[in-house]
Amino acid sequence: MEPIEINQLQEYIDSFANKEVYVHLETTNGAYASHFNQDAYNVGAFIRNAKVTYQRGKVVGAGATYRVGLKLDIGWIYAEGVNQFEVDMQKRLLMAGHDREGRLMVALQISESPFQY
Amino acid sequence: MSEHVVVIYPHPDDEAFGASGTITTFREKGVPVTYLCGTLGEMGRNMGNPTFATRETLPEIRKNELIKACEVLDINLEMLGYRDKTLEFESTEEVAEHLFSYLDKIKPSLVITHYPGHAVHPDHDAFGAAAIKAVEKFSENERPTVWAQAISRNHLEELGEPDIQNDVSEVFTKKFETIQAHQSQADGMLSKVRNEADDIVEATKQWLGVESFYTWKF
Ligand SMILES: [Zn+2]
Repeated sequence: MEPIEINQLQEYIDSFANKEVYVHLETTNGAYASHFNQDAYNVGAFIRNAKVTYQRGKVVGAGATYRVGLKLDIGWIYAEGVNQFEVDMQKRLLMAGHDREGRLMVALQISESPFQY
Repeated sequence: MSEHVVVIYPHPDDEAFGASGTITTFREKGVPVTYLCGTLGEMGRNMGNPTFATRETLPEIRKNELIKACEVLDINLEMLGYRDKTLEFESTEEVAEHLFSYLDKIKPSLVITHYPGHAVHPDHDAFGAAAIKAVEKFSENERPTVWAQAISRNHLEELGEPDIQNDVSEVFTKKFETIQAHQSQADGMLSKVRNEADDIVEATKQWLGVESFYTWKF
């Protein structure tokens, strides 16, 4: 993955607009957060292969962290803390936010075909 | 009943950190060992800095690491195809049936798994519970021994001293090699040690040199 280049990412997001797409959205601080730090809470959310169509998608932010929002006919999807992206060999748009140690904190992925299981 | 050890853990690397010394000791005695690995650790968080993996490439990377680790240990591997972090939402009875289908063929003398309720990660707790349920399906005279591994902070207070405490320092080189086969996971875990110690193998031995289990009472 590469650090976000906002104009390029915006073009990729636009290319999936007004199409039926599959979305993977996830955020996590790890299953061991409260094991290593008793004051911490384990929180996370995960949805894989949500089938949606968005009329508009937009990336906002600068420097180290970005937000990406997708406007649906009857709702919204957004991710905060995204800092890297790539279009993989299967033409899926993968966006993610990693901490300094390279641990994934948030992921938003868009694909025209379902993600594998 | 001939000896055969079956290890039941949900993630690639659970066997390395938790039981690879014990496994090596069995293999040195010529006892066959089979690892029933529940998932491919698809939800692992270590993507590296710079990133070497994405959410979509991680499963294949960890699968290859798992295969390599099992080659290092010289054990049979069965990948059961569940998805990381979803095991607790499966039907315990169905997972137990699935595990039993392997156990019934192998007829193990010993099963190693996580201690349900004391294994920290929800997959560990759920898979350990299913493993014990699977072993319960054997009639009493055919039932293998179960060694259950507890890693919770409070397990000593609640369960007492584990009755099985394997000092694996004699075979630690092999354990370290197994951990390193899981490169995507080992880097993160070992970097904590690396920051504080000159000799990483020696420091890791301090940390992981004893493998403890509770013999499950049915
Ligand atoms: Zn695990």
